[in-house]
Amino acid sequence: MEHNVNFLAAIPMLPLVGALILGVLHLLYCKGIRFSEKIYGILACIGPALATVMAVKVYFNLRLFPEETRFMVQEAFTWIQVGEMNISMGFLADPLSSLMLLFVTFIGTLIHVYSVGYMAADENFPKFFSYLNLFLGSMLILVLGNGPVVMFVGWEGVGLCSYLLISYYSTDTENVLAGNKAFIVNRIGDLGFVLGMAFLFWGIGSGGFDYLSLRENAHQLTPAVGLAVCLLLFVGATGKSAQIPLYVWLPDAMAGPTPVSALIHAATMVTAGVYMVARFSFLYVEVPLAGTIVAWTGILTALLAAIFGCFQRDIKKILAYSTVSQLGYMFAGVGVAAYSAGIFHVFTHAFFKALLFLGAGSVIHALHHEQDIWKMGGLKEKMPITYATMLVGALALAGCPLLSGFFSKDEILFMALASGHWGVWLIGLLVAVMTAYYTFRMFFVVFHGTPRDQHAYDAAHESPKVMTVPLIILAVGAAFAGYLNIPSIFGGHLQVSHWLAPSLAEHHPHVSVWVEIIAVLSSIAAFAGGIYIAWKKFGTVSAEEPIYTGLKNFAYHKFFVDELYHYLLVVPYQFFGRTIWKAIEPFVTDGPVKFAVWLYGALAEAFKVVQVGYVRVYAIYMVIGLSVLSVVISRSLNL
Amino acid sequence: MIANYLSLSVILFCLGLLGVISRRNVFTVFMSIELMLNAANLMFVAVARLYESMDGHVLALMVMAVAAAEAALALAVVILLHKHKGNLDTNVFSLLRG
Repeated sequence: MEHNVNFLAAIPMLPLVGALILGVLHLLYCKGIRFSEKIYGILACIGPALATVMAVKVYFNLRLFPEETRFMVQEAFTWIQVGEMNISMGFLADPLSSLMLLFVTFIGTLIHVYSVGYMAADENFPKFFSYLNLFLGSMLILVLGNGPVVMFVGWEGVGLCSYLLISYYSTDTENVLAGNKAFIVNRIGDLGFVLGMAFLFWGIGSGGFDYLSLRENAHQLTPAVGLAVCLLLFVGATGKSAQIPLYVWLPDAMAGPTPVSALIHAATMVTAGVYMVARFSFLYVEVPLAGTIVAWTGILTALLAAIFGCFQRDIKKILAYSTVSQLGYMFAGVGVAAYSAGIFHVFTHAFFKALLFLGAGSVIHALHHEQDIWKMGGLKEKMPITYATMLVGALALAGCPLLSGFFSKDEILFMALASGHWGVWLIGLLVAVMTAYYTFRMFFVVFHGTPRDQHAYDAAHESPKVMTVPLIILAVGAAFAGYLNIPSIFGGHLQVSHWLAPSLAEHHPHVSVWVEIIAVLSSIAAFAGGIYIAWKKFGTVSAEEPIYTGLKNFAYHKFFVDELYHYLLVVPYQFFGRTIWKAIEPFVTDGPVKFAVWLYGALAEAFKVVQVGYVRVYAIYMVIGLSVLSVVISRSLNL
Repeated sequence: MIANYLSLSVILFCLGLLGVISRRNVFTVFMSIELMLNAANLMFVAVARLYESMDGHVLALMVMAVAAAEAALALAVVILLHKHKGNLDTNVFSLLRG
């Protein structure tokens, strides 16, 4: 039984239409026809806001259906029809996509509102919001698509928008390079996604290429093809969600305006990989090896990024590495087949990471685009609202008991332990300590202690309401989002996991209550340990800027991974390109082309003699031609 | 009988063709073309009479109409050519020489 509806397509269309309108307005803006920023701001926020309303409507509609048929579909039109491949531009709303939809639209809207304040007096104001709307629209297509192909449309859309927005301040070469890097690294991942899709189609595509048909036919995949599909799709996920080895673009993506970072890290883009793995959970459960690889990649990424995070000095880069690290947790979650736990961490992470980024944006805004934490300090009194909301966000990120991050992270670690992945669990705990440490290192340095740059401190001020109100709303979300999925040990019923159950192929392992208690206690200990070290080093005294030597310097420079990639991949590739350009192109490929040019010239010279220019001569040509023609015709007709 | 008509038609046509090829004055060329058209007309009418069909007659009338239209156009062109170069020798107009 299918529930056909006609309003699903409207959800991504709303921001997309907004993007179109704002794009046209930007063209007018460039021609000198300008309106006040308020008008652009309202136009920008209206699409996401309406999409949020629609998302709530979708959720309540879904609640009405019984669990086994809890989904709605809309087939807008047939898109590709080649042989047995029939792909429609269709949308699917089921519990998984409805959950994603809810927080993507909600947080997206808040970031739009915040941006109106943050981007005030920007010289390309409408363009920024056009991109932002396009970004959100692409993400909604990704989430709502009814099959891998439609998902890929959104997948590429967010890739494009991230490029546009990261290099938004395009007068600076560094920003443009960061945008290029994000785009190119994502393309590498996309290749994996495309190949994965091709294998999947080759395997079971003939029975229909949307999630529902694929899920029914998943058992027909041979193990080898299944493994190939899972791993190739995961390559796509490592690109989009910044995992080893393709995580390098995300920290550089900080070149974009801060609301963009918030949007990329919280609501759109990087969560796509986790969503994709959860979406294909029916494939991953068939191939446990793929799941193990995903889990280990995730947890090692978490560890690596946490190490880097401990030594960064740019407030946004600290947050960027923390995102990479948290994404690692999510992949560890989906890797150990705890799909709902992974998705729930995506959900809570969206709140507290958006909050932290917007808070950081508020600080940066107040200090006139200063991002170095060693030039901040003592901002607690100057920016009370930012301070309080950031505290909530930092506590949630660090995994403070009873805040959202605690419940979701604990659920992942518990599931890792319960499913027998000891290594993942132990590294996860270590990362939890480091998370608490680097989060509060940043927090204490920025807000506590004495001002390190007196001049900037004196000029600092609290941000306007349009920025602080979203912060407060997000702080409430970051504090309480976790209560939607309280595990039974705290007397809850894992509502979110139960809500997601129809979309996911997940089995809850039955383990003794002691395992759960061990997991919870160790998580609390990890949080307390990390925060204690940070407090000792940065909270009690006004720490001075450290000078890193030896191993610490190695970590500060991110293990020189970027340089390694540069010499291992970029330089040989450039050499390869130059060789082709200098050695092969002029002789091998250009040869036939140049010969063809010469040939036509020579032929023209040869035929020039007949073009005498006298009309009588042309008449003679005509007579000759007609005579020959009539002879030929009469011969062929046997006259 | 019909052979005479056809012979006359062919002779007229060849005369016209000869005129187009050999004469250099634009006017003479133009008149030669008219001669060829009328040769064709004569053939149409003669053959129509032979087969007792009206098609040939109709076609002949049509050719006359086309010839009239063409004459109007061609004479205008001739005037322009004269204005342009001051004489009507076709050898003067040889811009298409390769």
